[in-house]
Amino acid sequence: MSALTSVPWQQTLANVLRRSIVLLVLVGLALYFESETGRFLTKQNLTNVAQQNAHIIVVTVGMALVMLAGGIDLSVGSIAALGGALSAGLVVRSGVPLELSVLLALAVGFGLGLVNGALVVFGKLPPFVATLSMMGVARGLMLLYTSKKPISIANVDAYTFWGRGSVALPVLGDVPAPVLVALVIIGLAVLLLTQTRFGLHIYAIGGNEETARLAGVPVNRIKLLTYGISGLLAALAGMLLTARLYSAQPRIGVGLELEAIASSVLGGVSLFGGVGNIPTAVIGALLIGELGNGMNMLRVESYQQEMIKGLVLVAAVTVDMYTKRLERRS
Amino acid sequence: MSMGLCRGALLHSLFTLASNMDNIPLLQMRGISKAFPGVQALQSVDLTVHPGEILALVGENGAGKSTLMKVLNGVYGADAGEILWQGETVTIHSPHDAQRLGISMIHQELALIPYLDAGKNIYLGREPAGRLPGTVDWRGLYRQAQADLDRLGLGVSVRTPVRFFPLAQQQMIEVAKALSMDARLIVMDEPTSSLTDREVETLFGQMRALRAQGVAIIFISHRLEEVLHIADRVTVLRDGQLVGTRPVNELSTDDIIRMMVGREMGQIFERRNTPPADEVVLEVRGLSRGERVRDVSFTLRKGEILGVAGLVGAGRTELAEAIFGARPATAGTIRLDGQPLRIRRPQEAIRSGIGFVPEDRKRQGLFLRMSVAANVVMAVLRRLTRALFIRWSQVEQITSDFVTRLDIRTPSTAQRVRNLSGGNQQKVVIARWLTLDPKVLILDEPTRGIDVGAKAEIYRLMNQLAERGVGILMISSELPEVMGISDRILVMHEGRLAGVFDARTATEDALMNAATGMNAS
Repeated sequence: MSALTSVPWQQTLANVLRRSIVLLVLVGLALYFESETGRFLTKQNLTNVAQQNAHIIVVTVGMALVMLAGGIDLSVGSIAALGGALSAGLVVRSGVPLELSVLLALAVGFGLGLVNGALVVFGKLPPFVATLSMMGVARGLMLLYTSKKPISIANVDAYTFWGRGSVALPVLGDVPAPVLVALVIIGLAVLLLTQTRFGLHIYAIGGNEETARLAGVPVNRIKLLTYGISGLLAALAGMLLTARLYSAQPRIGVGLELEAIASSVLGGVSLFGGVGNIPTAVIGALLIGELGNGMNMLRVESYQQEMIKGLVLVAAVTVDMYTKRLERRS
Repeated sequence: MSMGLCRGALLHSLFTLASNMDNIPLLQMRGISKAFPGVQALQSVDLTVHPGEILALVGENGAGKSTLMKVLNGVYGADAGEILWQGETVTIHSPHDAQRLGISMIHQELALIPYLDAGKNIYLGREPAGRLPGTVDWRGLYRQAQADLDRLGLGVSVRTPVRFFPLAQQQMIEVAKALSMDARLIVMDEPTSSLTDREVETLFGQMRALRAQGVAIIFISHRLEEVLHIADRVTVLRDGQLVGTRPVNELSTDDIIRMMVGREMGQIFERRNTPPADEVVLEVRGLSRGERVRDVSFTLRKGEILGVAGLVGAGRTELAEAIFGARPATAGTIRLDGQPLRIRRPQEAIRSGIGFVPEDRKRQGLFLRMSVAANVVMAVLRRLTRALFIRWSQVEQITSDFVTRLDIRTPSTAQRVRNLSGGNQQKVVIARWLTLDPKVLILDEPTRGIDVGAKAEIYRLMNQLAERGVGILMISSELPEVMGISDRILVMHEGRLAGVFDARTATEDALMNAATGMNAS
């Protein structure tokens, strides 16, 4: 029979849902906020949204890599905080050159990510548990290092540039520096996922780990690396956030994991692994950012904002489950 | 539910009697049509089942068997046609509706919860209420469940978690569950595909007993010998259409194959002309792992097809996994082309030139949601990468080569493997290893669940590979297959090698004796 020539409608619908729903919601919300406030769709405001959410995009990219390989990383918020604090402290307190401080912070993020990975791969812990523990440990390390006090970097112009500065680019014009960082990360991640063996292996593992192992995919190494990259990107995001806030605050990055997971799932990255891509995950992150910005403009109370973001996550996961069910039935 | 057995059985025989007297079929499906976009999955198909009858439903994969059964079970609504149950038109919107009428499905993948005992599984969701509201009458449940099992002559305890039962008994527990719902018609989808011959005999015995009690069975199977052995009539589908329904005593396997494929089949098992070389490609000495692989030694020559027979649980898959490094051996040596190898991971086996087509295609062999191309090149990716980047043009080229060479029927190399038929999926898994030009290819149940036409193609492919000097180790539970395609046959029993036979002179009896441990030698 010619069943193999046709794609069942459930699968088509599942694809369309995954691909386009988030974009539609993004545009719809933007129009709604514009109609309510009259100043949402200004260049100034959109630049703000991008600048304020660059760190979420960066974390989301790492989260998407981990999730595509079938894992999850709850420690990103704490690692971000630790990365920000460490880089700020090294510069301000210890007088270490900025470049070196950044590299050290990235290395610590990467290292803690690898620990996550090792707990999952070799310790056989469920990713949820391993990274939840790391969430506590990294936050604790950060509080220990900062003695629970903010570290100001307001005087370190080279640092704050990456939060509030901008770079004049041909065609694009003035691009906020953190957005530039996010763009570079997005570009690298897209290349990684679509053009390298590593990327294909991530999809393979997320799609079917047992098959991947039997096909000779170095499953352990790849999973380990996805957690490492996620940790590294979390540390980077923490520094972007620190740069924008002019100081490393003990409470920064709380709830970041939720936002990154919500962004990824909104962007069509499956909670079960193997399905999704970076561009739509980034759109998911923009959606989360847009939501926050718009609600701020509408003066929605912060507790309400948290609730709404929670509901958005539920909606996104519901769509994920539903599309998975559609595919199964086909 | 506690009125259960006696009244149920009584009603049963009364109904059976009544409908026999009037000669009303238990089930009639008339003119059933069902289309999916681009595919006419069923076109005006008729199917009739009488009480106390075993009807075999056969056809190649994609012929429409499952779709028809899903219509019967209320999973799909038919576009046209009607269903008559005991002569009356019925509408079935859900499996629940089907159950209420007395239609039960037993799927290939059993729907039992492994950690719960047999009793809880049988009455899952229908637990008899205890005296206090919200409580369960456990004693009543177990008494009833025991009666259900006893009716099938199953001497097992209802309090044993079902994961401890062999597969054949788990199937019977599903049957017991169906009967406890007063099922009058049980659909069994490939119930024998993972059973040993002995277990199949037990299952058939129980099916005959059910038939004697007036229960009707629709038996879906790819094993035509079994169909002829157990069924009363055979309904054959091809390309979504009814080819015909005939009593088995008028049919031979060849007749059924002809009906299924619509053309004459050549001899399915073609022996190749070139004998194996004398050179040994793989030498295994004293290989052991746990209880399932104990001190196994054998040699595989270049261009040889070495069959591995044995009962389920004899350690055949574990032997393959030990050689391939999926579950590495704890003792013993493996030599490839005379070179000793230490294989602790699949990657090491692959690097040395060993490929492995696992038993469970969907769970271990394929990335269902990925493209044909990604599935084919996954093992050879290293060679298609330059400076970190995959060279997609080469990926495309290699995949198209293999799609042509193996005649993989797919609209494009970008098609998701999920949408291919079983036979084509299996070819994709095999293609993955051929990209590496392997010295040794291990195939575990390579033709399980694929249709006759595709089986013949797989055999032909194996012969071609052997002629090119590949050493093939083929595990199979189908004796005709092992005997038809192998040069020599290893028989395993409880983890040990119970005998090595020349396939040309081996008899089924001799193999079975060895497999059951009755081999004196």
